[in-house]
Amino acid sequence: MMRNMLKATVFATTMALAAGTFYTPAFAETVYNRGSAAEAETVDPHKTSTVYEADIIRDLFQGLVMHDQKTNLIPGAAESWTVSDDGTVYTFKLRKDGLWSDGTPVTADDFVYSFRRLEDPATAAEYASMLYPVKNAEEVNTKKGKPEDMGVKAIDANTLEVTLKAPTPYFLEMLTHQATYPVNKASIDKLGADWIKAGNLVSNGAYTLAEWVPNDHMKLVKNPKFWDAATVKMDVVNYIPTEDRSSAMKRFEAGELDSYGDLPTEQLADLKTKFGDQVRVGPYLGTYYYAIKTDKAPWDNVELRNAISMAIDRDFLAEKVWQNSMLPGYSMVPPGIAGYTPAMAKYADMPQIDREDAAKKILEKLGYTPEHPLKMEIRYNTSENHKNTAVAIQEQLKPLGVDITLLNTDTKTHYSFLEQKGNYDVARAAWIADYKDPETFLGITRKASGNNYSSYVSPAYEAAMDKAAAAGGKPEERMKDLTEAERILVDDVGNIPLLYYSFHDIVSSKLHGFDDNVMDIHPSRFISKD
Amino acid sequence: MLRYVLRRLLTAIPTLFVIVTMAFFLMRVAPGGPFNQERGLSPEIKANLEAQFGLDDPLWLQFVHYLGNLLRGNFGPSYNMPDFTVTELFAKGLPISVQLGASALVLALLLGSVLGTIAALNQNKLGDYTVIALATAGSTIPTFVIAPVIQLLFGLTWKLLPIGGWGDGAFINKVGPALTLALPQIAIVARLMRGSMIESLRSHHIRTARALGLSDWSVVVKHALRGAILPIVSFTGPAAAALLTGSVIVETIFSIPGVGRYFVDAALNRDYTLVMGTVVVIAIFTIVFNLIVDVMYAVVDPRVRYD
Repeated sequence: MMRNMLKATVFATTMALAAGTFYTPAFAETVYNRGSAAEAETVDPHKTSTVYEADIIRDLFQGLVMHDQKTNLIPGAAESWTVSDDGTVYTFKLRKDGLWSDGTPVTADDFVYSFRRLEDPATAAEYASMLYPVKNAEEVNTKKGKPEDMGVKAIDANTLEVTLKAPTPYFLEMLTHQATYPVNKASIDKLGADWIKAGNLVSNGAYTLAEWVPNDHMKLVKNPKFWDAATVKMDVVNYIPTEDRSSAMKRFEAGELDSYGDLPTEQLADLKTKFGDQVRVGPYLGTYYYAIKTDKAPWDNVELRNAISMAIDRDFLAEKVWQNSMLPGYSMVPPGIAGYTPAMAKYADMPQIDREDAAKKILEKLGYTPEHPLKMEIRYNTSENHKNTAVAIQEQLKPLGVDITLLNTDTKTHYSFLEQKGNYDVARAAWIADYKDPETFLGITRKASGNNYSSYVSPAYEAAMDKAAAAGGKPEERMKDLTEAERILVDDVGNIPLLYYSFHDIVSSKLHGFDDNVMDIHPSRFISKD
Repeated sequence: MLRYVLRRLLTAIPTLFVIVTMAFFLMRVAPGGPFNQERGLSPEIKANLEAQFGLDDPLWLQFVHYLGNLLRGNFGPSYNMPDFTVTELFAKGLPISVQLGASALVLALLLGSVLGTIAALNQNKLGDYTVIALATAGSTIPTFVIAPVIQLLFGLTWKLLPIGGWGDGAFINKVGPALTLALPQIAIVARLMRGSMIESLRSHHIRTARALGLSDWSVVVKHALRGAILPIVSFTGPAAAALLTGSVIVETIFSIPGVGRYFVDAALNRDYTLVMGTVVVIAIFTIVFNLIVDVMYAVVDPRVRYD
């Protein structure tokens, strides 16, 4: 009996000690609970399409170059690079200590494979155009060329050579985009479609994917094989989609979230009072604009377009409708790109009252008065703020003899209609920078662009954009050419820029390294927590 | 009874076929497609995407393919979340919605029945008025008001519950959403129960039971309840189908990874396969629960026979 009791006691003690050893971590893990406004659609860099997965993919993978926490361009998987004198050949030296999370080295062949995969029509990459500056990339993607003919070549295991069609000064900036990141060929060959699953995914970034429960959380754990793992502070990063923004604020207050990237702008003033410096609002590279049908009467009249644009009180929109979470916008390219001066509308500095008088005169000259109003329809996609913006504009233009009707449809219907160049007058649209260069904003209004919802066609603008492209090797000259091109676009009122976006984050004071920047990108690699 | 159940299950097949067919073609009538977005795609890239998902085939052929896959239990890939198939999304989300829905349903049936019975037994007295007032409030205050109030009180002020998240299914994470889901249902059940219990208490056989000197407990629980429960049974069918397949509002506000959110998100995103998957799941739940209700009718009320 006694013996049995003794045995039981020893057994129980051993079990308790074992359990204790198991449950007590050797060190306390640093966990960053990172809120986002929507679920990521994919973590495959070549299938990416939303900003919500951009941060995640940036944590999991590493491109040739990358942004630091202030969006300065810094080396990534490549430790250095050279550019040929004519600006068309980039030679990247990959870092020798670059490893995949399974311990195998990241080689130039991985990039060759990945660049080809991005352009392969079978991949159906939405961001295939990110590598269109590469020789024959577009041809491959549009089934007019073979992958072997693409301008990407492994000179040796650590040297990658990329040949461009023409000098493209923003090419390195483009390479910071997650679509250009490498994927692991061996695991794709081995696992097929399952290569992307949590637990399977082999990546070369600071983190690996441990769990993904859609609409609940995505758990990233520190990658010990990452070449710079020693400087990575967070052991675990949980990406937590919280669609309901009011709930997100409560979760932040309760300490369930350390940061959230889309605070409810209608509560901005209250939130600032409540959370102080933890609320961060600042310039973000995005433009909110109205596309205007320039190829349809009466909107083909530049004077009329100008009168409408001039009469809109953007200060009111920014301050009252958007609660200062946006800034008044008078150019297509928002401020914040180093070396570039946006071309503002000429009336930008005119007092609003004078603008309205001038607009009224033009409208009267064209025969539009409150008695004989100009009929105009504004289409917008579903959102309380888009609706309020349109209603405010409706009220602003009414006294000038503009009779505005509003038409709201869901996002898919809205953009499908715009894409098909439907019969509309004015339609809400926006553009957020893919990379830090004016070209990303100006390219969308070019004749051939699928995003040219205004159907704006101007030989002068095309010529100016071509001139800027040709000046690729001379950055200063190119920026000047781009400003000239924008001047033509703005004077022609090719579309009506209304507002510049702002980032509006809420960030716990315990977090460090979450620095404000115009791209609103915050790699977890640089973030630490008290 | 078995023959009846089998017959009902067999007739469900054409019903499902009609539902699937209608949903398939109605989705395609809606303007816009899965790849229309703020950032327009070039025609070539859009064509690549459509080819990848077979959307470049004629519509009838897509339908035939879809039916073929469905018969093999393959709901297809999600267009909007290409890392997952629709089956994988349901495998992760449905058990969560079912857990929450079942908790809410049990809570609603138990609490609602008790409250309704209390109200009926105290007709036109304080107890009755209190239950009616609570029931009216419960059924009229919308879920999107109840949920934030629960978050605010229980989560932020008293710090008893988490504000949101599933927490890998921790009990504490289920309380708020289950309560929010249950409250309106409790109110409905209480009102239904009150009405049917009053009616039952006034029936001849109850009067006879009382005259025979049976105790109040025996009269109410053994005799009146059996008759009074029938409207609750018929309410349970559609309520179960609705609760178990998730609630968009509750799941969104509490950040619960159930399937309720897919119903609306998938439709707005024109994620055709995910929409079809949700339609099929709801249809199956509705058919099955209506069948269960009919069978339960026969169990509760001996006058009902299906043979």
